[in-house]
Amino acid sequence: MIGLQAYLVLAALVFAIGLFGVLTRRNAVGILLGIELMLNAVNINLVAFARFNGDLGGVVFTLFTISITVAEVAVGLAIVIAIFRVRRTVEADRLDLLRG
Amino acid sequence: MTLATLGFGVVAALLLATSLAVVLTPNLFHSVLYLAAALVLTGVVFLLLEQPFLFAVQLLLYAGGVVTIVVFAIMLTEQLVGERVGQASRYPINGAIVAAAVFAGIVGFLIQAPVRATAPAPAGDTTAAIGRALVGPFAVTLELLGVLLVAALLGALYFARSEE
Repeated sequence: MIGLQAYLVLAALVFAIGLFGVLTRRNAVGILLGIELMLNAVNINLVAFARFNGDLGGVVFTLFTISITVAEVAVGLAIVIAIFRVRRTVEADRLDLLRG
Repeated sequence: MTLATLGFGVVAALLLATSLAVVLTPNLFHSVLYLAAALVLTGVVFLLLEQPFLFAVQLLLYAGGVVTIVVFAIMLTEQLVGERVGQASRYPINGAIVAAAVFAGIVGFLIQAPVRATAPAPAGDTTAAIGRALVGPFAVTLELLGVLLVAALLGALYFARSEE
């Protein structure tokens, strides 16, 4: 029987990998992919806690986070496309319009 | 080693490998394909945790929806400009140090946490219970989620509309 700890460590590893992607990707779409990985790690945590505590609340919240993530991706990519129209680039280092 | 342990080990190893491929591969399009694999494997983890309904939702929304949107965004932002955006990682060592520190922090917290008694596996299909919880104690949250989805839809349309 796999314990709760194994799932939590797996989720922590996926979260760290996603964080690495967010920090190191140059492309704004690549950064969004890293955020996707991090949110997935959180979902694994929620479902693991729901299973090992015998409480369905975690599963319901996973449904909510999945839906919210999909909305976030839709808006995020719309912003990326809008930025691309104006600046002709989606390279995060060159999107410094707000820098004083 | 039992079959369950072996299955978890294989799924965990594949999930970590595809996640690493997502952040390390230089080609952004390959990165999305690896992300699709990682999302499906996360769904398999949900199956291991005895939540087949979440596995179906994961496949439909993530592997089906998100990956399609991201592929469209890459095609729109890469082909118009002619030159491919530089994909090489910046500051990979700094990023690895920060990610490793966060992982060490989480694991350090996990080691300190007390191990709790494991609840018995849910009997039968939990889908009906999830549905009842959605319209029972979580009804207001569900309605708010509907409002959020409408707002996100309008926001995405607003950002992506043409200038005229």
